[in-house]
Amino acid sequence: MSGDGVDTSKRRFLTAAATVVGGIGAVYTAVPFLASWMPSERAKAAGAPVEADISKLETGQMIRVQWRGKPVWVLKRSKEMMEALPTLNPRLRDPESLEPQQPEYAQNELRSIKPEILVAVGICTHLGCSPSFVPEAAPQPYDPEWKGGFFCPCHGSRFDLAGRVFQGVPAPLNLEVPPHKYISNTLILVGDDTGAA
Amino acid sequence: MKKQLLAILLLVSPALVLASGGGVHLDKAQIDPANKESLQRGARTFVNYCLSCHSAKYQRYNRLARDLGMSETDVLENLMFTGEKIGDTMDIALSAKDAKKYFGAAPPDLTLVARVRGVDWLYTYLRTFYLDDSRPFGVNNLVFDKVGMPHVLWELQGWQKPVYETETDSQGHEHKKIVELELVEQGSQTPAEYDRTVRDLVNFLAYMAEPIKLERQALGIKVLLFLFVLFIITYLLKKEYWKDIH
Amino acid sequence: MGMLVNLRDWIDARFPMTKMWDEHLAKYYAPKNFNFWYFFGSLALMVLVIQIISGIFLTMNYKPDATQAFASVEYIMRDVDWGWLIRYIHSTGASAFFIVVYLHMFRGLLYGSYRGPRELIWLFGMMIFLALMAEAFFGYLLPWGQMSYWGAQVIISLFGAIPVIGDDLSLWIRGDYVISDVTLNRFFALHVIAVPLVLIALVVMHILALHEVGSNNPDGVEIKKHKDENGIPLDGIPFHPYYSVKDIVGVVVFLMFFSIVIFFVPEGGGYFLEKPNFEPANPLKTPEHIAPVWYFTPYYAMLRAVTIDIGPFTAKFLGVVVMGGAVVILFFLPWLDKSPAKSIRYRGPIYKTMLTLFVIAFAVLGWLGTQAPTDTKTMMAQIGTVVYFAFFLGMPIYSRIDKTKPVPDRVTG
Repeated sequence: MSGDGVDTSKRRFLTAAATVVGGIGAVYTAVPFLASWMPSERAKAAGAPVEADISKLETGQMIRVQWRGKPVWVLKRSKEMMEALPTLNPRLRDPESLEPQQPEYAQNELRSIKPEILVAVGICTHLGCSPSFVPEAAPQPYDPEWKGGFFCPCHGSRFDLAGRVFQGVPAPLNLEVPPHKYISNTLILVGDDTGAA
Repeated sequence: MKKQLLAILLLVSPALVLASGGGVHLDKAQIDPANKESLQRGARTFVNYCLSCHSAKYQRYNRLARDLGMSETDVLENLMFTGEKIGDTMDIALSAKDAKKYFGAAPPDLTLVARVRGVDWLYTYLRTFYLDDSRPFGVNNLVFDKVGMPHVLWELQGWQKPVYETETDSQGHEHKKIVELELVEQGSQTPAEYDRTVRDLVNFLAYMAEPIKLERQALGIKVLLFLFVLFIITYLLKKEYWKDIH
Repeated sequence: MGMLVNLRDWIDARFPMTKMWDEHLAKYYAPKNFNFWYFFGSLALMVLVIQIISGIFLTMNYKPDATQAFASVEYIMRDVDWGWLIRYIHSTGASAFFIVVYLHMFRGLLYGSYRGPRELIWLFGMMIFLALMAEAFFGYLLPWGQMSYWGAQVIISLFGAIPVIGDDLSLWIRGDYVISDVTLNRFFALHVIAVPLVLIALVVMHILALHEVGSNNPDGVEIKKHKDENGIPLDGIPFHPYYSVKDIVGVVVFLMFFSIVIFFVPEGGGYFLEKPNFEPANPLKTPEHIAPVWYFTPYYAMLRAVTIDIGPFTAKFLGVVVMGGAVVILFFLPWLDKSPAKSIRYRGPIYKTMLTLFVIAFAVLGWLGTQAPTDTKTMMAQIGTVVYFAFFLGMPIYSRIDKTKPVPDRVTG
């Protein structure tokens, strides 16, 4: 059968060509199947930007809205709270918010557009639990010098009232500030910042 | 080999024979799914005349905006009147129970109607309402006898009256048969304009029944071209190996 | 290279990898004269794989719930990225499966592939055919459209024709007084796991049995009769690489036809996806014209062809018997055929005529099954049914008296 006249180089070339072209086909065929796991149009519609009305938000109070199924915190910070923030800088991992955990417009000392209003995704950057809101500046079992902030019950990560993570906790990054913009003075759109400065 | 091919043809021939429809003649809709302006006009007609009683509950507004080449603001301003969000589907507030009370039967969802009825049927149906006092809404239809739907497009088309002819069948019985419809009162559009309005509407219904259609066909060409290349390579490979076999 | 060889040896010491490769591919000797008809076995295997993969991805978004099933299919078609493609692959694959399997079975009829020593291959194949019909039937209910619902209604009612236990049996299958959510849910379980497992097991047995006795060929001669000094059949060639490269060409050609349907005519002219199935199931209203999907229509036409009661048996019951018999009789084919020649190439004019009539009858019955019955069409279906059964029941006689040509000793190329 396999006589001496076999052109092995031609066979090798054709086998390689068929393998490569067939392989490309196989990869392209896999794409639709893998892509079907991405959020569907329904999930995207359900994850559309949501409005947060802060007209009735009192100082020191926090409301939660749901965006893409996740809790988003909107906190109105008091003057004392804001003044305490810079004093914590030496104890934080990323006090200057250098990691890209916020849009550019929130990369500032208070991590917000309006100084007093913090908008942050309430999901711990460690393993995805939602930290508790502990606003009182009073000694806590986990921190005798607590100035108010967020404490994650799952693995003990701590964040200040700008969502900045403390040193010596498992969470690696500051809390995420979602894209958002002010539609009016008292209405925030979470999830969409197009046209905002 | 010829006999074998004939056998294959015989095996697949049932699939080639088109199922013959009912006895009524259907006009060809001649829609152009690639004509975005036609689709946009159709969408407007659909929203204005159909969407209050019929839903299109699988069609999302934002998908419609994207596929019809409209901006979301456009759609929000021109096609959405009841405060839905852009990602919502074209559902309606009318409950099936209420609808049944008003119309006797709940108006069906129209998302897929073009796939159920076919575009020619829809095109003919929407143009052949005629006056008939015996019906609750005063109209009947050539392709949908005893239809439960009023002629919602009458403002555009006007009213038609049937022209009867008496014919005798093989058993000698006489039947009255409608041979054509005569426009007795013109609406705001001429018959030619009305045909276009309906064609656009049917075009939109066909789009809605399968929004992916154009994309699917475009992708199909690429897939076939790719397979053709692969065919040539694999064929040469086969030929090369089979040189061994005598 | 050395490391790969070591790895292979390491595995081979623990698992028969190279042994299996040799037994089923590299040293499986197949006759060298396979023709066009021999593509359909490997194509059927490929369609099975296509159906399993696309099916798995469909279950990720499909909801087996009467209130949500129809909407979840539209969700797949519109909202899931590429869902439309996956769904069309699966719906087209169902029809492709039957096209390929019918042609594969026809090949068996042409060349007598069911004859000894390959009876078991044929029996496993027939069981695959039965499992495939069950799979298609259960699957067709899942989109929960009008055709899904009423098609299942009609087929389940068939069981009601069985004397004594019939009514209870159909009630048991449905799990309700009509087809309902319960029926949908159990059909889903059967369609996505139970029948596929059986199908895969049967396919493995079908192939193992084939590789035990070796493939038949268009001449219907045994290549194992003539071996060389190494025990290799003189007319045999290793499946790999010769038939693997050949079958790949077949696969690519098949994929071209498959893609044409998926991308340009996914409804298959109303035969692959029926129009009324784009309307959600409505237990209060039957569609004006209901017909099963095309691959069941030959049997459906035979069911309807029986219109007379005989003795104590009603036409309804006899129709079910005829329909069932039309499938069951295929199982007996290896023992009905008494011809000295296996292949059509050496058979006489009677078999050739009978096979032609049989194919015509099958195709005409298939067409009739899609049509609303009229007097003429019912009569045609009755003639078709008679021809269908005559092909099998007459075979012990006509295959014996038929004038065959001498069968050669070796394959003729």
